[in-house]
Amino acid sequence: MAVEQIVFVVLALFAVATALLTITRRNPVSAAMWLVGHFATLGGLYLTLNAQFIAVIQVLVYAGAIMVLVLFVIMLLNITKEEKSKNKLSTKNVFGIGAVAVLGLEICAIIWSGTKDSPQTISVQSANIGTVEFIGHQLFTQYSFPFEAISFVLLAAIVGAVMLAKKNVD
Amino acid sequence: MQNIPLNWYLILSAVLFMIGAAGVVTRRNAIIIFMSIELMLNAVNVTLVAFSSFLGNVNGQMLVFFVMTVAAAESAVGLAIVISLFRNKQTVNVNEINILKW
Repeated sequence: MAVEQIVFVVLALFAVATALLTITRRNPVSAAMWLVGHFATLGGLYLTLNAQFIAVIQVLVYAGAIMVLVLFVIMLLNITKEEKSKNKLSTKNVFGIGAVAVLGLEICAIIWSGTKDSPQTISVQSANIGTVEFIGHQLFTQYSFPFEAISFVLLAAIVGAVMLAKKNVD
Repeated sequence: MQNIPLNWYLILSAVLFMIGAAGVVTRRNAIIIFMSIELMLNAVNVTLVAFSSFLGNVNGQMLVFFVMTVAAAESAVGLAIVISLFRNKQTVNVNEINILKW
């Protein structure tokens, strides 16, 4: 195996392991810390795809801002550990995991059957399109309308979060 | 970086999406369900960035940029909902939150 493939396999195994640890920890703080590791690993995977800008904002926005917000809320609410469920194999869990497994098999089958004529190597332009310069240029020319529209989404989220979280003063 | 097949990225993304979906259907802590949703969003982002790099087209990475922005907005609103739920019910266990149940 080439060295790039070894790097990919290590990062992928780490990503899957941290994702599994995230959804199995009973203490929400440990789950959040594993999720921070997961997001940092995905940043490394984006680097193997020559997407430098996305890798940086993945670490800044996800592993930094969003997870700090999540940890802040966990500590604000003083949530205790989820109590052990009496029956691990309840009907809900069995049906849920079964449905998820079917979904995953369908996705994998579609991938195996549908990517025969897609490109097999990373395109040579990808080294240029992932840079901050190129993405910034696209963002303020071709994508200026979505860029402005997304700022309204953020404004609505700020107002909504304040309205939802504030105490009702009747 | 020329010899990692596209399928590896797509399979990894499908596996991560499955893990996130399994977290949503099996966990009862609202904050962990919220984190599983973030896992699923990131799994899809991996697919978008992989196709963007393999096709040499910037649109996928722009879409990931907007997905991240929407995820930040979603986390702010979602956590505000969790805070107001906790204020009213003193719990984040979704089995006990059934005020909208018919």
